[in-house]
Amino acid sequence: MHTGFPQKGVDGMKLMEAEGREILARHGIPVPAGRVVSAPGELDGIAGPVVVKALVPVGGRGKAGGVKFAGTLEEARARVGEIIGLEIKGCRVRSVLVSEKVDIARELYLSISVDRDAGMALLMASALGGMDIESVPEEKIYRRYINPLIGLQSYQLRDLAGHLALEKPVGQQVSDIARKLYSAFVAEDAELLEINPLAVMPGGKVVAADAKAVIDDDSLFRHPGHREVEPDITPLEQEARERGISFVQLDGNIGVIANGAGLTMATLDALGLVGGNGGTFLDLGGTDDPEKVKQAFRILKKARPKVILMNIFGGITRCDTVATGVHEVVRSEGAGAPVVARIKGWYEERAREILKDAGLITATTMEEAARKAAELSREA
Amino acid sequence: MAIILDRDTRVMVQGITGHQGTQHTRAMKEFGTAVVAGVTPGKGGTSVEGVPVFNSIAEAMRGLPAGARPNTWICFVPAPFAKDASYEAMESGIRKLVIITEHIPVQDAMQLMAYADYKKAVVVGPNTPGVISPGERAKVGIMPAAVFRPGRIGVISRSGTLTYEVVNSMSEAGFGQSTCIGLGGDPVVGTSFIEALDMFNADPGTDAMVMVGEIGGSAEENAAEHIVSAGIRKPVFAYIAGRTAPPGRRMGHAGAIVLRGRGTAESKVKALTAAGVKVARVPSEISGLLKGAGL
Repeated sequence: MHTGFPQKGVDGMKLMEAEGREILARHGIPVPAGRVVSAPGELDGIAGPVVVKALVPVGGRGKAGGVKFAGTLEEARARVGEIIGLEIKGCRVRSVLVSEKVDIARELYLSISVDRDAGMALLMASALGGMDIESVPEEKIYRRYINPLIGLQSYQLRDLAGHLALEKPVGQQVSDIARKLYSAFVAEDAELLEINPLAVMPGGKVVAADAKAVIDDDSLFRHPGHREVEPDITPLEQEARERGISFVQLDGNIGVIANGAGLTMATLDALGLVGGNGGTFLDLGGTDDPEKVKQAFRILKKARPKVILMNIFGGITRCDTVATGVHEVVRSEGAGAPVVARIKGWYEERAREILKDAGLITATTMEEAARKAAELSREA
Repeated sequence: MAIILDRDTRVMVQGITGHQGTQHTRAMKEFGTAVVAGVTPGKGGTSVEGVPVFNSIAEAMRGLPAGARPNTWICFVPAPFAKDASYEAMESGIRKLVIITEHIPVQDAMQLMAYADYKKAVVVGPNTPGVISPGERAKVGIMPAAVFRPGRIGVISRSGTLTYEVVNSMSEAGFGQSTCIGLGGDPVVGTSFIEALDMFNADPGTDAMVMVGEIGGSAEENAAEHIVSAGIRKPVFAYIAGRTAPPGRRMGHAGAIVLRGRGTAESKVKALTAAGVKVARVPSEISGLLKGAGL
């Protein structure tokens, strides 16, 4: 039984609210009229009361002063000026969305997300909208899977309207919006489309008062138009990303480099067991290209580790080829820190000789290497 | 005995003329696998490593005598073309698909798995190193054959190199493998731990199972629940990577991420332990656990 929540925020490519709103509008879902501005002067007129919202890819912007209301053009310009330049959870506000203020009689919740365990899209809805869905009691959340071969069917939509106890005209609009949301989810290669709140206005009209979108970054080849929010990563991670190196900066002082994501994680864990703290996750991947090895070591050096722990399992790649690359870079540029190396697999004896010759400390098992690295990291 | 692959496995390689396709066709043949056909649109009539190349899967099926047609398919084509090629394979009657391709859009993966369910096809991957049955001399994948030994332990893994590490230490300690299956590192994959456990549980050639899991999702927790509810009697052992991984960060694999407190190594270890699974703290401990259980 599924009890998860939409995996939003960090999984795929986050879009700002303005782009999420655009996606909904493009697929025929009613959204309040609005525009994006990055300076008060860009606002030349408003048709009535507006809400000014900071465009940042993080939640909790209301509490941080990133959402304000205004009744006149002057007021609206003043609010735009106040919000632009704010820093919300580490994100500088560069632009705001100024949109028609929606009178809300009721707030609903509606989302479609990828459920990885079921391998299907998950439709979620609740009559308790406007708050974080994680704080809504389990029994108040309606969840149904959508089989991609048949899509979202009318019987499911009737079921949804029944569960939320929606009166007919509202139920019809919500059903229509859910249907369009699913089309958008498929057409835009979304991992998550969330409308919270889905607002019911005093006259009974239903509009998407907010929009969140996470797009699958593996789908970008067929969506050249999607614009990514700057990813929330460090400058060094950005540099690694540009060089095609899988790299995550961590808190510890031991630079870990291994081949394969699972093995790199396992190496970090082995360090943790002996009291060492990993400072990097650097996955060399399946390469033995000396140039790639050199680049990986350069990134590692910039993370300023006290010790480097290298763990290579040569299955398809030859250990001695990797070792030659390491030898070259350590000899020509230095590693910047003592290196403990464990290398295992195809041509491992030759590889160990090469690494010893380069002045590296070698170990035969992952645990032994982790222990040596942890000891060195504790020395002054 | 083994699962998924055996001596009757006949393989078709999609994308055989590419660098990866050619290199691994050679390696699969060297291991003893019967690679009977390759497909690359526009390259029909040529051959790679002695394997005839066809323009389409349908053409290959027509061109080969009934008893020599492929029953297993491996995909090396780039992500934008993988879904189309998989549909073609299933439409042509193939029921075992191994998808090596990485970065397939998740919508494509979901559609493909739903169609595979409808066709009752077994899909391994995407983003998998493949499947190998050492005693049957059958390998459909990219794993280094040298670390495997014929034996009676079934291995199920979400990882690549880490699997080789685990398997190598098992082989060195005398624990060979009936079959080793890589589930794939993507969020949505075909064969799950549950299905693989069921297949191994029913296989007379397998005495015990080793699961190599990692952070992200709840596949390991679901497997733990299944071990209890389905009454899996053969002993199960596990290693879970990512105990020290920080939340919210994707650790290399697209699926390896702890989100909002879910998918942690801790939760997986706890669920597995509660289901009677012995969990190793480092990969090399697996062999000791197997020995301790009298295997």
